[in-house]
Amino acid sequence: MTDKTNKTGPQMEERLYQNRYLVDEGNPHVTIHSQPGGDSAALKSLTEICPAGCYRTGEDGRVEVVPDGCMECGSCRILTQATGEIEWSYPRGGFGILFKFG
Amino acid sequence: MSDHFDAIVVGAGPSGNACAYVMAKAGLNVLQIDRGEYPGSKNVQGAILYADALERIIPDFRDDAPLERHVIEQRFWMLSEKSHTGAQYRSDEFNEERPNRYTILRAQFDKWFSRQVRAAGAVLITETTVKDLIKDDAGRVIGVITDREGGPIYANAVVLAEGVNGIVGQRAKLRPEIKANHVALAVKETLFLPEETVRERFNLAGEEDGVVIEVLGSVSSGMVGTGFLYTNKESISIGVGCLLSDFAETKIAPYALLDKFKQHPSVAPLLKGAEMKEYVAHLIPEGGYDAIPRLTGDGWLIVGDAGQFVNAVHREGSNLAMTSGRLAAETLIQLRAEGKPVTEATLKLYRDKLADSFVMKDLKKYRKVPRLLEGNRQFFTTYPAVVNKAMQMFLRVDGVDKASKEAAMMRGVAKARGGWWGVVTDIFKMARAWR
Ligand SMILES: Cc1cc2nc3c(=O)[nH]c(=O)nc-3n(C[C@H](O)[C@H](O)[C@H](O)COP(=O)(O)OP(=O)(O)OC[C@H]3O[C@@H](n4cnc5c(N)ncnc54)[C@H](O)[C@@H]3O)c2cc1C
Ligand code: SF4
Repeated sequence: MTDKTNKTGPQMEERLYQNRYLVDEGNPHVTIHSQPGGDSAALKSLTEICPAGCYRTGEDGRVEVVPDGCMECGSCRILTQATGEIEWSYPRGGFGILFKFG
Repeated sequence: MSDHFDAIVVGAGPSGNACAYVMAKAGLNVLQIDRGEYPGSKNVQGAILYADALERIIPDFRDDAPLERHVIEQRFWMLSEKSHTGAQYRSDEFNEERPNRYTILRAQFDKWFSRQVRAAGAVLITETTVKDLIKDDAGRVIGVITDREGGPIYANAVVLAEGVNGIVGQRAKLRPEIKANHVALAVKETLFLPEETVRERFNLAGEEDGVVIEVLGSVSSGMVGTGFLYTNKESISIGVGCLLSDFAETKIAPYALLDKFKQHPSVAPLLKGAEMKEYVAHLIPEGGYDAIPRLTGDGWLIVGDAGQFVNAVHREGSNLAMTSGRLAAETLIQLRAEGKPVTEATLKLYRDKLADSFVMKDLKKYRKVPRLLEGNRQFFTTYPAVVNKAMQMFLRVDGVDKASKEAAMMRGVAKARGGWWGVVTDIFKMARAWR
């Protein structure tokens, strides 16, 4: 039932378009520490389930993250805490998502 | 700004606001810190506000709080792919002078609540993230470090009101990391419609009357989860949330689940022509009583979602947050009046107050429910499907006699669970978890 076309690209952009963000350019608050043995199942699952579509599989087959549309839910942080593949912090105070209605 | 406070409150959601407000009203020197541009800018809720918890803190909140509609009708839907079977309760008695439940928009509500906190005398700094706690040599928490210039800030007590994904307490090792099966990931959209259209579609007489719908069944695509649809003044909040561990396992995209819900034939006509103005995601604590971390220590205490205070069965969270915030405040006020330090031992007062309140009593009552639901997906899959099928058989007039229909319906129910024994066991399991 997963709509693969919806994950990144125009549909996700449209969905996030209405949201307000103050992106802290050059200071991504989510980064991946690629492990030598390859990406864990948990990290791979994020290419499907990150609600903002921040994760995708790069050309080298490894998972990449661009957290500009991140809604700071913390799902990726929790799912990878065992493997330590993600370094996650809140954006600097005032930056990041700004909910109008919540 | 003074650099020593009676209390520092980390977070300006309902738990932090309740706590800071009550302490400031009592004359305590309170500093509250929130990482958002304004309080509420990071926060998400369905959202139903339960009046009682707020009324105990701000009795006349109805005078100027941004309330959307008061709830006069509650619908429960069991969804299958093309149908829903529902129960609903509507009463004109909910049109009372002091209504019991309201829909709200959290970003706006939190902003209002925060104004009351500041008017009561607390100092608020926004756009500031607390990075860490400061401990003395004995391990006692004595202050916080933020990402602002200006150095550490000290206090007699630090209240962690940082929400479900709060990382300060976890990184300071005050509470363990959250487990993926102890939280639900929820996504939600706010869809705008003219006020009269909302009223017409939901059969509402007054501009302030509202309807809320809670949904179980195919909405969660086999995962442990639920959907909701709430009416606001000029908008509809629609969302779906399932255990994070289930999302990770099924790899279903949360927004695809939400799209499917929006397109369901029972839902789509309610949303027709609406304009989507925001899409949000947030976690909800769902682990219940057994997931509650240690709540107090020397110089610190935890309130709200950071303590996993959500009653998932009744969809209550903000009221547990406000109540735990108030009880924490009352504790710190009393300790100060008695000239006592804030320690693990003296904070027994807070733990006792919580244990005596509906917060712990309700969480304890439903202690077994989270594990039960996780281990028994049939409550989200088989039963809703079977009930909808039975309803259709019951209502469709097609020349088959009623006795044969009833027999087929009963066989359908039993077959779905591998015989009557399965059904009876399920009923017992549910009843025991509910006790
Ligand atoms: C989709 C959804 C629907 C819900 N529906 C309902 C409902 O209908 N009714 C209901 O009662 N409850 C509902 N809840 C639950 C309710 O939203 C929560 O229980 C409630 O928000 C908890 O309040 P809190 O103050 O503990 O945490 P939060 O509201 O999460 O507030 C935490 C605050 O801390 C701040 N913060 C966090 N870390 C830091 C830091 N390091 N430095 C500075 N600031 C920080 C954040 O900016 C935020 O303002 C729902 C939740 C969700 C996600
Ligand atoms: S915090 Fe949530 S929205 Fe942000 S990248 Fe992680 S999973 Fe995606």
